Amino acid sequence: MDITLIENVLFATVRTATPLLLVALGAMMSERAGVLNLGQEGMVLMGAAVAFMASYVTSHMGLGVLAGAFAGMLVSVLFAFVALNLMANQVATGLALTIFGTGLSAFIGADYVGYSMIGLAPVELPLLSSIPLIGKALFAQDVLVYLAFGLFGLLWWVMRGTRLGLIIRSVGENPEASHALGYPVLKIRYVAVLFGGAMAGLAGAYLSLAYTPMWSEGIAAGRGWIALALVVFASWRITRVLLGAWLFGFASILHLLLQGSGYSISPNLLAMLPYVVTIVVLVMMQRKHGQSDAPRSLGQPFSSSR
Amino acid sequence: MRIEKRVQSSKHMIYLSPVLAVVLTLLAGAALFQLLGHPPGESLYNYFINPVSDMYGLTELLVKVTPLLLCAIGLTLCFKGQVWNIGAEGQFLFAALMAGMVTLELADVEGFWVIPVILLSGALAGMAWAGVTAVLKTKFGANEILTTIMLNYVALNLLLWGVHGPLKDPDGYNFPESALFSEHTLLPLLSEDYRVTAAIFIALFMLAVVWFLLSKTLFGFQIRVLGESASAAKFAGFNQHRLIWLLLLFSGAMAGIAAVSEINGPVGQLIPTLNLGYGYAAIIVVFMGRMHPLGILLASILLGLTYVGGEMVQIEQGMPKSIIGLFQGMLLFFLLACDLFIHYRVVFDRWSTSPTMHTPTSTKVAE
Repeated sequence: MDITLIENVLFATVRTATPLLLVALGAMMSERAGVLNLGQEGMVLMGAAVAFMASYVTSHMGLGVLAGAFAGMLVSVLFAFVALNLMANQVATGLALTIFGTGLSAFIGADYVGYSMIGLAPVELPLLSSIPLIGKALFAQDVLVYLAFGLFGLLWWVMRGTRLGLIIRSVGENPEASHALGYPVLKIRYVAVLFGGAMAGLAGAYLSLAYTPMWSEGIAAGRGWIALALVVFASWRITRVLLGAWLFGFASILHLLLQGSGYSISPNLLAMLPYVVTIVVLVMMQRKHGQSDAPRSLGQPFSSSR
Repeated sequence: MRIEKRVQSSKHMIYLSPVLAVVLTLLAGAALFQLLGHPPGESLYNYFINPVSDMYGLTELLVKVTPLLLCAIGLTLCFKGQVWNIGAEGQFLFAALMAGMVTLELADVEGFWVIPVILLSGALAGMAWAGVTAVLKTKFGANEILTTIMLNYVALNLLLWGVHGPLKDPDGYNFPESALFSEHTLLPLLSEDYRVTAAIFIALFMLAVVWFLLSKTLFGFQIRVLGESASAAKFAGFNQHRLIWLLLLFSGAMAGIAAVSEINGPVGQLIPTLNLGYGYAAIIVVFMGRMHPLGILLASILLGLTYVGGEMVQIEQGMPKSIIGLFQGMLLFFLLACDLFIHYRVVFDRWSTSPTMHTPTSTKVAE
């Protein structure tokens, strides 16, 4: 295999992994705080639709990105209100958010189907991007990829060594004790959910502004769900989220390699690959760890008046 | 104003909450129509009343109710046993592909057994697809929510592969569609003038069966025990894995029959857009219907109405088809929100000065 091919594969892997990384980081943070939000797919779709529309109308990519993240956050408020304030079943509420987000994004984006744009351009960092093999993959991407790296670093630092990280973790492990210690459990969970929404919205913005600069119904194609599986795969650990995202990204573009080497397989069968890989990986992880790594209060409602 | 846990969960709210959710959805819908510059009254009329104001509309409603009800019947058992099968959609699509293949094979064969064989193939295919989840859950402990959802996407891609590839009609001007099914492989119509088929009777029959199962048999009791506490089920000597298998297989079979009711009914061929979301909407049916057979029947009529109404405003007012999903999502959101009042009540502090009013006596605390 020649070196440019490897470089191109790594480049595509990182690009493909970016939306998964963004969603998974957000989902992991809210799960760390004890909230299971299965609405990721709906939030990604809202982010993608709104980001595309805002960019198209204002011809300003930055505004589009912000609008996408904001849209993701806005619909996550619905989830937060019903699941946290009204203490509804989180599984059902997350499903509701996905159904609602899928419908709403298709509805508001209906007039924009078929429009296209010039996507976010890659920014080559001087010197770094000329490192052999990995230079192109890591340092010749668009700004949203760098933003994803930055957010990864930030969250890694927060969860690793800060008091905030500890509080978030304790709220997810034992909300009663955290409440007794005087931490505002509900508020922290709210912020975690809203952050997850913004991250999913950002992932959507990446899809509709950079990855495939256009809007089409259901553009997320299950990436929100795959990201949720990724969090399980990563056993709620942040470095493994990054590695997992890259692994999934690679699995998703494997078919490019296959096609490149002359195998002709139906594109529909190849499109199944990421989902099949997800199932296989879930099974493997479950065998090794069980559910033991999950935050202990994951999915359980909390009320301070109990 | 604050909320307070009820001493006993409210029986009234269990039934009132879906009604409240419908009212709130209608209000939100009216606001949405207003926002879009459509007169709300007329739009809601077009959505919810106009489509069922004549015989044709009513029978079209039954056409939508049939697959919804079938999928929901299976999901009810699963959810009662806390098996979170989100995969009715995939089981439906995979069964459509398989039953469609069988139907195309039987295009030139006639006999009284043709329809039963097609129904059986659909049911078996749905069971097979649900069986994958059952293996993954019982053998490997993989979370069924994520596996069923992944399998939904896999099934959709398999269907697309089928209609773009081996099953594409050679005389179909290169459209990704199978050949039209021949007359004798289609389910019998209730009346020549309408599209509703005899499959509605299968759905109603299965509903009665499930009603009987749940209320009169040990099996129904076992499902409830499994749902309430897996460890209690273990202590009681119920084979938990076998129950999970049974629930998933049954639900897969129902989704499979739903698929046949659709492709060998109103659709009449395999097309790439069979994924109307019946499998997802059926989840809402189960929650709305309170996992009770009669409730599910009513809820599937309501969700069926979101489909025919959505098509109506699409035609009459040029709204996008996705308004269907929008209404369905709102409905579930409002339902979950209203369900708060089953276990909690709103207390207005100013009015609750009487100390005896809300103080639970210790003997009454049921939870």
